[in-house]
Amino acid sequence: MSLVLENVHRQVDGVAHLNNINLEFQAGSFNILLGRTLAGKTSLMRVIAGLDKVSSGNIYMDGNNVTNDGVQKRNISMVYQQFINYPNLTVYDNIASPLKLSGTPSDEIKRKVQETAEMLHIEQFLKRHPLELSGGQQQRTAMARALVKDASIILFDEPLVNLDYKLREELRQELRELFKLRNTIAIYATTEPNEALALGGTTSLLHQGQLLQSGPAIEQYHKPINLNAADLYSEPPINLLKGKISDSELSFDNYANFPIGDQFKSIAAGEYSFGIRPSHISIVPKSDNDIELSVKVDVAEISASETFLHVTNNDLHMVLQLSGVHDYRNNTSVNIYIPPEKLFIFAEDGSIIKAPSPSSSGGL
Amino acid sequence: MNKVQNNKAWWLVLPVFLLVAFSAIIPLMTVVNYSVQDIFDQNNAYFVGAEWYKQVLSDPRLHDSLARQFFYSATVLSIEVPLGIAVALMMPTKGWSASLCLILLALPLLIPWNVVGTIWQIFARSDIGLLGYVINNLGIDYNYTSSPIDAWVTVVLMDVWHWTSLIALLCYSGLRAIPDAYYQAAKIDRASSWAIFRFIQFPKLRGVLIIGVLLRFMDSFMIYTEPFVLTGGGPGNSTTFLSQTLTKMAIGQFDIGPAAAFSIVYFLIVLLVSWLFFTTITHLDKDKTKEQSYD
Amino acid sequence: MAEIHLKNLAHSYMKTPQSPSDFAIHEMDHVWQQGGAYALLGPSGCGKSTLLNLISGLIKPSHGGVLFDGVEVNNIATQDRNIAQVFQFPVIYDSMTVYENLAFPLRNMKVAKDKIETKVMEVAKTLDLIDILYRKANNLSADEKQKISMGRGLVRDDVSAILFDEPLTVIDPNLKWKLRRKLKQIHERYNITMVYVTHDQLEASTFADKIALMYEGKIVQFGTPRELFEEPKHTFVGYFIGSPGMNFIELTANNSEGNTKFSFDDIVFPLNDTQKQALQNTSSTNIKLGIRPEFVQLSASAHPDSLPCEVVYVEDLGTYKIVSVTLGKQTLKVRLGEDQQIPTETAYLNFPEQWLKIYIDEYLVDLSTGDNNNE
Repeated sequence: MSLVLENVHRQVDGVAHLNNINLEFQAGSFNILLGRTLAGKTSLMRVIAGLDKVSSGNIYMDGNNVTNDGVQKRNISMVYQQFINYPNLTVYDNIASPLKLSGTPSDEIKRKVQETAEMLHIEQFLKRHPLELSGGQQQRTAMARALVKDASIILFDEPLVNLDYKLREELRQELRELFKLRNTIAIYATTEPNEALALGGTTSLLHQGQLLQSGPAIEQYHKPINLNAADLYSEPPINLLKGKISDSELSFDNYANFPIGDQFKSIAAGEYSFGIRPSHISIVPKSDNDIELSVKVDVAEISASETFLHVTNNDLHMVLQLSGVHDYRNNTSVNIYIPPEKLFIFAEDGSIIKAPSPSSSGGL
Repeated sequence: MNKVQNNKAWWLVLPVFLLVAFSAIIPLMTVVNYSVQDIFDQNNAYFVGAEWYKQVLSDPRLHDSLARQFFYSATVLSIEVPLGIAVALMMPTKGWSASLCLILLALPLLIPWNVVGTIWQIFARSDIGLLGYVINNLGIDYNYTSSPIDAWVTVVLMDVWHWTSLIALLCYSGLRAIPDAYYQAAKIDRASSWAIFRFIQFPKLRGVLIIGVLLRFMDSFMIYTEPFVLTGGGPGNSTTFLSQTLTKMAIGQFDIGPAAAFSIVYFLIVLLVSWLFFTTITHLDKDKTKEQSYD
Repeated sequence: MAEIHLKNLAHSYMKTPQSPSDFAIHEMDHVWQQGGAYALLGPSGCGKSTLLNLISGLIKPSHGGVLFDGVEVNNIATQDRNIAQVFQFPVIYDSMTVYENLAFPLRNMKVAKDKIETKVMEVAKTLDLIDILYRKANNLSADEKQKISMGRGLVRDDVSAILFDEPLTVIDPNLKWKLRRKLKQIHERYNITMVYVTHDQLEASTFADKIALMYEGKIVQFGTPRELFEEPKHTFVGYFIGSPGMNFIELTANNSEGNTKFSFDDIVFPLNDTQKQALQNTSSTNIKLGIRPEFVQLSASAHPDSLPCEVVYVEDLGTYKIVSVTLGKQTLKVRLGEDQQIPTETAYLNFPEQWLKIYIDEYLVDLSTGDNNNE
């Protein structure tokens, strides 16, 4: 089974929900759609499922054009944010329902339901009703129903969003394991970059109905195609500074000037946006080349093992992710150090000029 | 939203189309046909243009009953809507008492209209009816068959009894859809019961109220059976509403042409008022959203 | 301004609770000081919402009392408790403007008009709501709406505590950061007791000075985020705090020739004398070792006391990596920085004794005293 989207557009009342999407999904692949709310993730899933019609473009499954086929013809399962189960059926009957509809013999139903329930660790709840279960178990039931029918495509629309974060961690790992062995195309929509990174697989970045970039999440993290893509990996968000490169200097917002290093020599003079990941800024210099900025502490968020230091300087706001506990009062002055080799450089239109090489091993 | 098209579905809709055609469009066209012709017999029909319309529109009977009709609809709406909301607000939300209330409220809605008329005809009689008897014994001179005011009060009362439940049930379902958090927040903000109604319940009820008011307006504007059974339009013409005037004209006097013109005018009035009401309400909403998105 | 004291508080939804399992909240005595920022953290169903409702007055406790500044408020209604609450889904008055929303509680209290104006302006400024002050509230985004519902608590001078019930649930990840920072600033500015209920440890630990971690109706640990991270008093704290949670290894004692060895899957675990001492005193068979993924050392070559393991999976999360290794039949997680080298296949694990925790019957053994925290 393969799925190909070709120049897919979808417009609603003159507003483009999907804009020229070209994507290919291979059998047995785990795919992630990462994007903000209203980026087009759900629109794309509905188009794939056949619940919504494309305005133009084509959808092929196994080479057959299915653009005008209804949802019943596409052999698709879907798992939603909300835990959607039949409340008056037992967990067993819930899971068995798609098989019963397709007229599967009853001993096979029994075997498959048992197998799927075991896979999702809900075999001990088969006789209960969904509403007697916890949220995590309800969502597992919904997932079992989606998995049991051997659909060629399974769509997950932010399925873990309504669950406890610990449960999310566990289910995420299970999902990854589950799909290793299946010949199904799994497509998983999420707003959380960490989820995309943790799940692994091919990630497609969506922004305002457009496909920005497609590939392994970690590669996108290290080499975003533009500003919007860099901003989507926002845990915490990347810091952005307006600045200028001239023949001899690098300056931020016209108040901090630095002699230009070798790595920027090849870049034409002009105005750029500079991006730096919060984890790459430090409060102690690591090398003589580091760019030093004096800032004031806005607020220090101390999580258990790390500190998120929000700092400000005039109209500049940045966040630092430091390991360990650093307790600063508000308005304390600190110096922060930015290693220039870790800078992302974006052109004025947002496209990337330079990304830092990920395996520089910090060794300087 | 353009969903995937499945052309088979059109065949399923076909019976409904046919039904609508037979039940609404074809009769309506016949009426339009009658309203512009003078018909003597099967072979003698003359086109008279807008003649019947002129005649009907200048007919004092139409003017009188139209005024009466508007007054009637306004009266019943202004009683039933607030009363319905009040009933919905006072209804219990849980347990057997809630189910009991729902059943009691639904009862009047289940009674056929002519039966409602008959019930009240007997109930309000001053000689054998419980209501009429009690009122007269209280020293109030009450007789709906002879006093126009008494007749009016009785007809309005009957309508209120019959239809307040509808508004109440609609509002009840609307109220149940408000999440508890809203009430909790209002409590914490120390909102009075009036403020809770004004700022939480009423805004959330707007949707169902629009439907309720529209339904009640159309129904009350076309009322026929109950007053016909109760008062027969009397005393005099005091409770003769539009539909009754029309029936008298069409069936009583066989003035098919004017009656047809009358029907069309009547139909247009109902359409116009409903349309006005609906567009103003939805327009108000739109203006608000516009104002918000551009400021 | 208030100190919140949960005095011998317990709650059961049943009329006559028979066994401990009938209680949604087990008896606890707990003080939240005036002006503190606290988090109530736990998985769904742990009782944190019940506890919040007991404080806000939506539920009356079946046992014990809730005290505000030493005064019992069990019988005082929600509206008279001087608290504000921000709910999971934004609650705003749709038909009002942002200004009217903020002024609403003050108008209800019949505050003078000019006073309302100054107060609303001040709060709107702190919350960055000035630009949208005269817009209708119903078309705003979720984060703006949450700020409004928070603002309705801040305008009141008499509010002594603000309760947050998972307020960031409907907020996009990138805005969560902003809103959380705002919360923190507001706390520093207004000196109001804040209680924040959540299941997200990151939200809890970045917001709160002290976290009460709840599990099955009990507060299993009350401490700073750092304490919860470094010294989890219960295995559940170890599991729940940290991403991923603490690694646990179950040990069994083998007594041979007066010399007790502690092992798992036939691997003898290298323990120091204090650790052995602590374990020898117990008759319990439920012995676990716990160590955080952050503190496990993974290297390509053997060191003294290191145990060989297999690297099975590497999860690269950008800012850090999580390496899964197998040791005997156990799978352990190791968290490494983004620039650290990862050995392939066979590697060696070291467990620094400072970070190796011993749990007997799920409770932490304090190695300095040898006490088991189990009550």
